[in-house]
Amino acid sequence: MADSEAYITGIGQSEVGVRLTRHPLLLTVDAVKEALDDAGLTIDQIDGVSTYPGRMPIFLGFSPIGADELIDALGIKPTWYAGGGEISSQLGAVVEAVGAIKQGLARHIICFRTVYEAAALSRPEEFPPMRRDRVDGGQQWTAPFNAISAANWIGQFAMRHFRKYGMTREQLAQIALTDTANSAKNPRALVREPLTMDKYMSSRMISEPFCLYDCDRFTDASTVLIVSAGDALGEVKTTPVRVAASAGTVERYSWDQAEWVAAYPTGRDLWKNTDYTAEDVDVAQLYDGFSFNAVTWLEGLGFCKVGEAGDFLEGGKRIALDGELPVNTGGGQLGGGRLHGFGFAHEAVVQLRGEGGERQVANDPKVAVATSGGGPLATALLLAKD
Amino acid sequence: MANRPLPKLDAVNRDFWTGGEQGELRIYHCGDCGTWVHPPRPVCRNCLSENVAPEAVPGTATVDTFTINHQPFMRDMEVPFVIARVALDGAPGVFLTTNIVNCPVEDVNIGDKVKVTFLQEEDVWLPLFEKIGEDA
Ligand SMILES: [Zn+2]
Repeated sequence: MADSEAYITGIGQSEVGVRLTRHPLLLTVDAVKEALDDAGLTIDQIDGVSTYPGRMPIFLGFSPIGADELIDALGIKPTWYAGGGEISSQLGAVVEAVGAIKQGLARHIICFRTVYEAAALSRPEEFPPMRRDRVDGGQQWTAPFNAISAANWIGQFAMRHFRKYGMTREQLAQIALTDTANSAKNPRALVREPLTMDKYMSSRMISEPFCLYDCDRFTDASTVLIVSAGDALGEVKTTPVRVAASAGTVERYSWDQAEWVAAYPTGRDLWKNTDYTAEDVDVAQLYDGFSFNAVTWLEGLGFCKVGEAGDFLEGGKRIALDGELPVNTGGGQLGGGRLHGFGFAHEAVVQLRGEGGERQVANDPKVAVATSGGGPLATALLLAKD
Repeated sequence: MANRPLPKLDAVNRDFWTGGEQGELRIYHCGDCGTWVHPPRPVCRNCLSENVAPEAVPGTATVDTFTINHQPFMRDMEVPFVIARVALDGAPGVFLTTNIVNCPVEDVNIGDKVKVTFLQEEDVWLPLFEKIGEDA
């Protein structure tokens, strides 16, 4: 283990639910406590905090807790902290932390993402919604055409993929079917009932080609990862998981000007700074806010060629828990809940430690990939148990 | 489709959103290198020239991709309707998100030729598109 490397040494997660009443700060504290206990660290050993996208008072449910608030609430004395939306998507907060660790700016960094959209939207008196006004920034080019949901944007990329390469709805369905088969084995997951192909095919359309089960749904939860310095591993009790490589890119931020989504350049870049290849990956956690996002990651990371994901997914055997490339073992976002990116890194660590219980993949996995982002922004992490 | 969110007009985007009053679809164009700059900005993304200004384009386009939205994401949203990304003729590299209107939603396909038609909402002229031909 090299002193100059960064490791994930603790993971934690709050209750995962919909319309929870526990305050989002308390959910965050639940996740922090679990991660500290897991790592065998105490709060006074934490000297860094990193989050995405930071405080967003305009829409309380999307990011109800910022780095500043958590630092103050827990009495952390950070030598380094960061939170912002203009980074390479959710797990970009982990990439930032890895950079800080490698520069010696901190020794143990809490990375967190708290989401509270289901609760906030259901209780507007407690969490006042965004004031309705004219739109500006990137939204002005889409919202006036009632392209309100990300389903409308990602749906268009999916439609093009369908028409160009012939992917079928049955092939795409394998993402949701696999996710829910796995989430049924994950005690914390939101969805505990496996989906069937019949139910998928007969569900209502949201934005073609996406039906209801291609879209994740608002979830309330907090997820924490502690990133530690290689020379501080003597202070932790867990099996550390090394961040072996990372990549993050941005496509044209104006969605409709982008040729493709950022998963493709990000997936390509991940392999530039490591000797590992896609063939070394034992388990893959692929962002699936929409099922098709996972398709772009499969292709972008090189698990199959561009345009061939449909064939790769056919029948679902390859991506099953006992398949050649187990995908979204904790249920992804479609089964596990919309943990907004952080759930993927959390689950990757669970699998590498062999702590997946009923959903643990066999043969002692050594290398995992975890991704976040589905549109103009994307991040990929390669995690390894040395 | 009542109740559309409307853009906040400013110094740089005003020509795009109001050109429809004169029946013109206006896209920023670099006078030095010829790049079409969209979203509109006072600098060219290719050569960094500040010699950029809005210019009328023909208003015809090709459907690059599309989705049929079935979910009423807002109150009073009438569904289904087509959201499309169209590639503009005369402005290489520029795409617009828009709606394809005046035809059944199932008639839209990638490759369809379309032309602009403006919908006025308050002080904004939204460039929508209608079909003028099938996928070649
Ligand atoms: Zn220029």
